[in-house]
Amino acid sequence: MSRKDLCIVGAGPAGMAAAVAARQNGLSVTVLDEAPRPGGQIYRDITRAPQQRQALLGPDYRAGAGLAQAFAQSGSVHLAGASVWHIEEDGAGFVLSYSTDEGSRVVEANALIVATGALERPMPLPGWTLPGVTTTGALQILMKSAGVLAESPVLVGCGPLQLLLAAQLVAAGRPPRAIVETVPAENMRRALKHLPRALRGAGYLVKGAGLLARLRRAGVPIYRDARDIVLEGEDRLEAVSFRSRGRAHRIETGSAGLHHGVVPNPQVTRLMRCEHRWHDSQRAFVPVCDAYGESSVPGLFVAGDGAGIRGARSAALAGRLAALRVAERAGQAASPEIAKLRRALARDAAVRPFLETLYAPCAQALSPAEDTLVCRCEEVTAGQVRAAAKAHAPGPNQVKSFLRTGMGPCQGRVCGLAVTALLAESSGRSPDETGYFRIRPPLKPLSLSELAEFVPDEE
Amino acid sequence: MTPPRASDLLVIGGGLHGCAAALFAAQAGLRVTLLEKDSVARHASGVNAGGVRRLWRDLEEVPLAERSMQMWHRISDIVGEECGFHPVPQVKVAESEDDLAFLAARAERMRAEGFTHETIIDRKELRVLLPAVAEHCTGALVSEDGFAQPFQTTRAFARRARAQGVAIHEGQQVRRLSHEAGLWRAETPEAVWTAGRVLNCAGAWAGGIAAQIGDVAPVEPIAPLMMVTQRMRPFCSAVVGVARRQLSFKQMPNGTVVIGGARLGRVDPARNRTDIDFRELAQTARTAREIFPLMAGAAIQRCWSGIEGRMPDRLPVIGRSARHESAFHAFGFSAHGFQLGPATGALMADLIATGRLAPEIAPFSITRFAASAEAQSQTRRTS
Repeated sequence: MSRKDLCIVGAGPAGMAAAVAARQNGLSVTVLDEAPRPGGQIYRDITRAPQQRQALLGPDYRAGAGLAQAFAQSGSVHLAGASVWHIEEDGAGFVLSYSTDEGSRVVEANALIVATGALERPMPLPGWTLPGVTTTGALQILMKSAGVLAESPVLVGCGPLQLLLAAQLVAAGRPPRAIVETVPAENMRRALKHLPRALRGAGYLVKGAGLLARLRRAGVPIYRDARDIVLEGEDRLEAVSFRSRGRAHRIETGSAGLHHGVVPNPQVTRLMRCEHRWHDSQRAFVPVCDAYGESSVPGLFVAGDGAGIRGARSAALAGRLAALRVAERAGQAASPEIAKLRRALARDAAVRPFLETLYAPCAQALSPAEDTLVCRCEEVTAGQVRAAAKAHAPGPNQVKSFLRTGMGPCQGRVCGLAVTALLAESSGRSPDETGYFRIRPPLKPLSLSELAEFVPDEE
Repeated sequence: MTPPRASDLLVIGGGLHGCAAALFAAQAGLRVTLLEKDSVARHASGVNAGGVRRLWRDLEEVPLAERSMQMWHRISDIVGEECGFHPVPQVKVAESEDDLAFLAARAERMRAEGFTHETIIDRKELRVLLPAVAEHCTGALVSEDGFAQPFQTTRAFARRARAQGVAIHEGQQVRRLSHEAGLWRAETPEAVWTAGRVLNCAGAWAGGIAAQIGDVAPVEPIAPLMMVTQRMRPFCSAVVGVARRQLSFKQMPNGTVVIGGARLGRVDPARNRTDIDFRELAQTARTAREIFPLMAGAAIQRCWSGIEGRMPDRLPVIGRSARHESAFHAFGFSAHGFQLGPATGALMADLIATGRLAPEIAPFSITRFAASAEAQSQTRRTS
């Protein structure tokens, strides 16, 4: 089995940019990604989306085309359709076990860049598990890969992605029925103090204003400061009801997209026992990394949204930065580009405090009502988690043992942050003191037959 | 440092054995303090396969297992909770006529010793019990045993112990244990604890505690590997092992299938760390698929391992210290101590409170290692 200089998990902007930079510096590179084609979530299917769909999805999507092309020509080994299910340290580096259509294989590397991006922050509201309710991100994936939506959705929540999808739906001739925005009025006031800094990254603000203007022109109703949201229906979604600025509303719809931001995908860095810290304004754990993206596990770098949410442009910069650092470790002279990348990252991050304050996650979903499900796999309610917290279950792993939250097919991706938040709320401790699930392999469910035939030493 | 916190009995280790002994000692009238270095049920006690098994135990353990089985059947009277206990058969499957003869010889030997719980079933009866079993299986050895939820069980014992006045302190690692002026003194980073008697239930870490008081116990920390599948339709209502292979297989009430089988991962007890070895688990997966062909379609959801203490002879250490009248041990259950928890706790409490050594625990004295340790050091000196 040949050993690579560098393995990269994820072929989104961070992973592709890291691969390109590493190859430019002569490193041998293997990139593993679950999708059949590169792009990650943001540039999903960019290499084969028709021109018309690209136009409809806008310039932020088209921006991925150049990077995808550079990646294709970089000379990296791209293992598409490869689902990494375990990573181990072997003293000199990392051994990755991954699953493909032809069974499981392993690949070894001296260094590892984790570029597994973000997950949508789950939005546990009453009725959120009804058929017809999905996430804004899932709706956007449908647009990118299929180009259509069957029905105009009501978009519930907040955040840049929601505005972007709404504008894309308008462009596609199927504007959303309404935007039910969960941003309380005081958020804008609080966010204003971050505005001067945000102006350094004014491009984002201009873009946001443009999106809002387009939605206004299209006549999409926007309900501000929505509270007491209920997704109503017997067997499937029938209506969204809520209060907005003191008035009750009810909008009949068979489709709703929920969204209140994205959070770092913690699965790989938690599996590897990287040190994590709570990020107060992102309301999520982020892996502790140095200025190059190296985590507390030597040789393991995190680039892109997995290291803290900063968006696609920063992800590509961070991927490149991490790869240059890996090259330097492998004996290359330190690149003069590093300082430039750092400055560009700082500039690109300037808008974040403003956005994070304005689009803070929805309070109703952060502290769900007693009978709202927080764990969909095992159907556990917020009330059950609070009760377990009182009955001597001080940490997430005890709650997991008691209630099976985090033991289902999603492996804690959906309920993880909710369980930590509910325990922190019940005990008055910080999320850092409360901690998070221990993540166990396999990272994705693995066929027993595939494991039975797994003979890595014969590779 | 704060003044010593005093009690009659200090229990070191908040696993099932520590919690059970603490509960029964409190019921016998002792003031009990339990010190747990992490949290109750954090290690092997909380994450084992949950087998409540008399089947195929070493003959020396059978009387203790019998006694414990009686307690399992009234577990909710003892701790006030069901503990997820399900009385179901434990089955050891034969894969050949030769295997079946091997199992029959065991049943014969058990009967000769006066134990009647292990019985042989033939090919036909096996298929009635386990319709999904592979074609080649020829019969089985069966015992009416069961399984339970280990985390819930250990926590239930802890909860009941607290209710009976046991002071359970988590996050209290005993750094130093000494005997001074007739009192045991345990130092943790936050306090000093004293008691007239001490019970070592520290599992994989018990060897270090024993050594501090001059007892010899070669405990080997191990990490038995376990995996669980996604939910499957109900197909197996027994806990299944195999005559001459390593497998522990059961379908839980929620449809998931828990598979273990004595294969080991890597373990670092100082850092509370275990690592899964998928080369080993691949063999377990092959065995599971050969015994239940429908497992070919199963999806593995999660793999894990707890840190357990194993003795060289695979038998636990239960009883009084070899060096001190007032020190006691219950550890080294070698990956099959879950079923033994209730009875061991009760008999240990009896020994500590009254001095009576029950015959069921008499075979497991720590003194069996003192002799071999002495012999070894002799050999070293003469060579």
